[in-house]
Amino acid sequence: MAVMKKKGNKSLPPISTASLPDVIFMILFFFMVSTTMRDQELLVRYRLPEATEVQKLEKKSLVSYIHIGQPSLAMQAKFGTAPRIQLNDSYRTAKDIGDFVAAERDKLSEADRASMTICLKADDATKMGIITDVKQELRRANALKISYAASKSLGYY
Amino acid sequence: MAVDKRKVQEINAGSMADIAFLLLIFFLVATTMNVDTGLTRMLPPIPPENQQTEDVKVKERNVLLVLINGAGQIMAGIQGQQELIDLRQLKEKTKEFILNPYDLETMPEKKDEEIELPDGSKWTYAVSQGVVSLQTTRDTNYQAYIMVQNELTRAFNEVRDEVSMRKFGSKFADLNEAERKVITTAVPNKISEAEPRNIKK
Repeated sequence: MAVMKKKGNKSLPPISTASLPDVIFMILFFFMVSTTMRDQELLVRYRLPEATEVQKLEKKSLVSYIHIGQPSLAMQAKFGTAPRIQLNDSYRTAKDIGDFVAAERDKLSEADRASMTICLKADDATKMGIITDVKQELRRANALKISYAASKSLGYY
Repeated sequence: MAVDKRKVQEINAGSMADIAFLLLIFFLVATTMNVDTGLTRMLPPIPPENQQTEDVKVKERNVLLVLINGAGQIMAGIQGQQELIDLRQLKEKTKEFILNPYDLETMPEKKDEEIELPDGSKWTYAVSQGVVSLQTTRDTNYQAYIMVQNELTRAFNEVRDEVSMRKFGSKFADLNEAERKVITTAVPNKISEAEPRNIKK
């Protein structure tokens, strides 16, 4: 009888937190590996169209983005609601795409220039007129590899 | 002396977790995780100005015209036989156009081509000469355009799957690089993006 412990009298030993840093470091490394840096602030709002046959864009460093859509809420007081083209961090017109492509191409190494991809991120309610203007400018700038950004969906019907 | 015998004091690692948390939160805020997906296309290069238009003319039976108007209605067919169709019918129509299963006169011609297989042997396949030409008006909705592009891609992907099923016994996505190249040569993804029609008011 003397071996029996009295319950509740003694408090539990504290849980060791020595492995907590290791756990956190593991989560940290997971995020470092699986994410990419946020590159630019969006000045337009868009909801991507949906498609089923989408492909992943392989190398992020070879991809340049063109955003098309309504100005974001904070900007609407100043710029209205007509769709705009955003290149880097400002609103531009289709005319500036040639310069933009040239600048983006200069950033890449000689070997990678041929595989440069332009990703068109446009709102699904945009009219084709503005998209076609952009496409014509891209053709003129000889940036022929493009990708119409779309989110994966299971089907339309 | 008692001081010499004592071990070096351990560094307190209690704040290690806090440091790791700080780093973790920094990375959570400063990075994004979303992978970009999309439909990849090659734009046609701008033709030189002095080029004659005659030599790029393709036979009418080899072109499937797909037109989308501002209301999202789709008209598809070979020149002269276009009809208003539903988005659901577009995939089947495109597949029929690419495959031309009954070798009809009104459907695209096929040209026998010798394709080199990964094991070195030759494989003769009747490659369709058909081109899908997609045209829009300036007021077509982007969503409608992407939906049509998607259906066309789906048609091509399904044909590729069928051909690779027959040839290699597995789906196109499961093939290796060399086999994929064979199928891509046999069923090229020919979607031409023409300039929009200028509808006069």
